Order: sequence, then structure tokens, then C-alpha cells
Amino acid sequence: MKTVILINGLVIISLIISFSKDKMKTKKSLLIALKTLGKIAPSILSVILLIGIMYGLFSDKIALFFGQENGVIGFVSIALFGSVIHMPALLAFPLAGSFLKEGASISAVAAFITTLTMIGIVTLPLEIKTMGKKFAIYRNAISFIIALIIAVLMGVIL
Amino acid sequence: MKEQMMKKNKKNSKKGVLFLGLVIVITVLILALMPEKSSLILQTSFDYFLQMAMVFPAILILMGLFNVWVSKEFVMLHLGESSGVKGIAMAFFLGAIPTGPIFIAFPMAQALHKKGASYTNIVIFLSAWACIKIPQELLEMQFLGVKFMLVRLGMTIVFITIMGMIIDRLIRMKQII
Repeated sequence: MKTVILINGLVIISLIISFSKDKMKTKKSLLIALKTLGKIAPSILSVILLIGIMYGLFSDKIALFFGQENGVIGFVSIALFGSVIHMPALLAFPLAGSFLKEGASISAVAAFITTLTMIGIVTLPLEIKTMGKKFAIYRNAISFIIALIIAVLMGVIL
Repeated sequence: MKEQMMKKNKKNSKKGVLFLGLVIVITVLILALMPEKSSLILQTSFDYFLQMAMVFPAILILMGLFNVWVSKEFVMLHLGESSGVKGIAMAFFLGAIPTGPIFIAFPMAQALHKKGASYTNIVIFLSAWACIKIPQELLEMQFLGVKFMLVRLGMTIVFITIMGMIIDRLIRMKQII
């Protein structure tokens, strides 16, 4: 609940500041927010329903696949899964939160989110075109390694 | 280019609606076939819906505000002009501001490279853009907890910086040979 208050408070203050500086710009930003909501709402509702189904049907299996007992191979396959799938990061957090609730290990969840956001297989062609093959391959490969390191350290720290 | 992107956007939102339709059909089937699970499934979905509803409008408004107040030109102007620690901090900051999808970041990175920005700063800018956007961090806080978010953020900043330096070295090394 504290988080909810913090986030909403922060945004309300920003809105007030923005409004006092420029009404038109603020109006435009609200319109953009509304438009984005329209675009992303179906995907959010899908993820919310899928979380419910997963929880109802496979909650014991999630712990098996994302749990600590699954070992190194399981851990690396989660990281690979996160690298390959393409999904808006905003949707990944509720999903990751539900994994954690169902008994996934902290490392597995951290590996999933970090690879998902940091590595872009879908955008790889664009990255190669703009920054060169060497740069793109280095960045994505090293990102994968550091995602694994971050995930392991997260498990140790938390 | 812009038209193409808009077309793609439209196609994507159509896909989203189709996918939602499919998920609804599956949900209804499961609820009908397994009535004993239905209260657990619906309760869980409703919980997540509430959790999302309490923060998501605020996060969208924040993204809208950044979109209006921080232009692409502002980012380009301030990125790559300073080096050292200040340049690194600037690359993180400008990457973390929500100004658009990742596919507009790559052409920006290319322009920066031509402008003479270091590979270190470009890697940091792109990586920050991909994984430490402010709205993302807020949602992470909501669904995974403040501690999880802060620890992961801290480590991500450290390791992205190291990665930037390594890639800078690797590319320069090969160029000399």
C-alpha cells in the first residue's frame, strides 16, 4: 500500500507542476496516457487472466520449474526463455510477481526479468544495422552473462 | 517511416485484441470444465487487476508527461557531450527517461556514435533505455517489492557500466589489430 501511495503521490505532484507551467502540454500528456492505455489494455487484461489460470492450475508446477531445486540447467533455461520471448516490460512485472508468489526462487525471477528487458532478439537486426554486428553481438552476449551474475547475486543477497 | 510505424502499431493493437479474445475463450472453457478451480482463478485475477489498477494510470500519466516535456532533441543534445563519470551518469539518466520504444533508441545511438560518443556511453544509454526505465522500476516496486527493485537496480547500474567499458575495450582492441 505504501508503494501505491508513493507512486500516485509522485505522479500527482508532477502533474500539478506540469499544469502550473503549461496547461496545453499537460492536457496533451494526459491524452497520450489515455491513448497508450487503449493500446495496451487488451494485453494487460490477457496477462491478468493468464496469471489467474496459471495460479489455479499450475501453481505447484511453477515452483518446480522456477524453484531452487531445478538446478543450473533450469536456471539457465529460464534466462534463455527471457532472452527469446518478446513482451512489453510493463506486462512482465505482474507476471514475475506471480511467479515469485507461487514459489519461484528470487534468482530465477531476477534472471527472467533481466534477460527479458536487457536482451532483444527481435530488435537485433535493427541493432546490427545501426551499431554494427560486432557491437550488437557483444552487447547481447555480455548482457546475458551479466544477467546471470545479477540473478545469482540477487539470490545470495535477498 | 512514420506511416510504416503507425501501421505496425495498429497491427499490434489488433493482435492484442485478438489475443485477449483467445484468452477469454480459454478462461471460460477452463471455468466450465473445472468449476472447483474457478473461485481460485477468478480471485487471483481480480487481485492482480486491483494491484494493477492502483498504479497503472499513474504510470501512464508519468510516461505521457515525459513524452511531452522531454524531446528527442533534448536527449540528443545532452548525450555524448561530456565524458568520464559525468558522461556515464548522463547516459544512464537520459536512457532511463521514458521517451519512447527501444527501436527509436538505436538510430539515436548511431547518431551519437557519429558525433563521437564513446562506446561505453552508447552501451550504457541503450541498456538503460532497455532495462532501467522509470515506469518499469515503479511497476517492479509494486509487484516485486521495494527491496527487490532497489537491489536489482543497483547491481544493474554497476554491471552495465562494467559491460560498457569492456565493450569499448574489445572494439578498440580489434580496430588496432
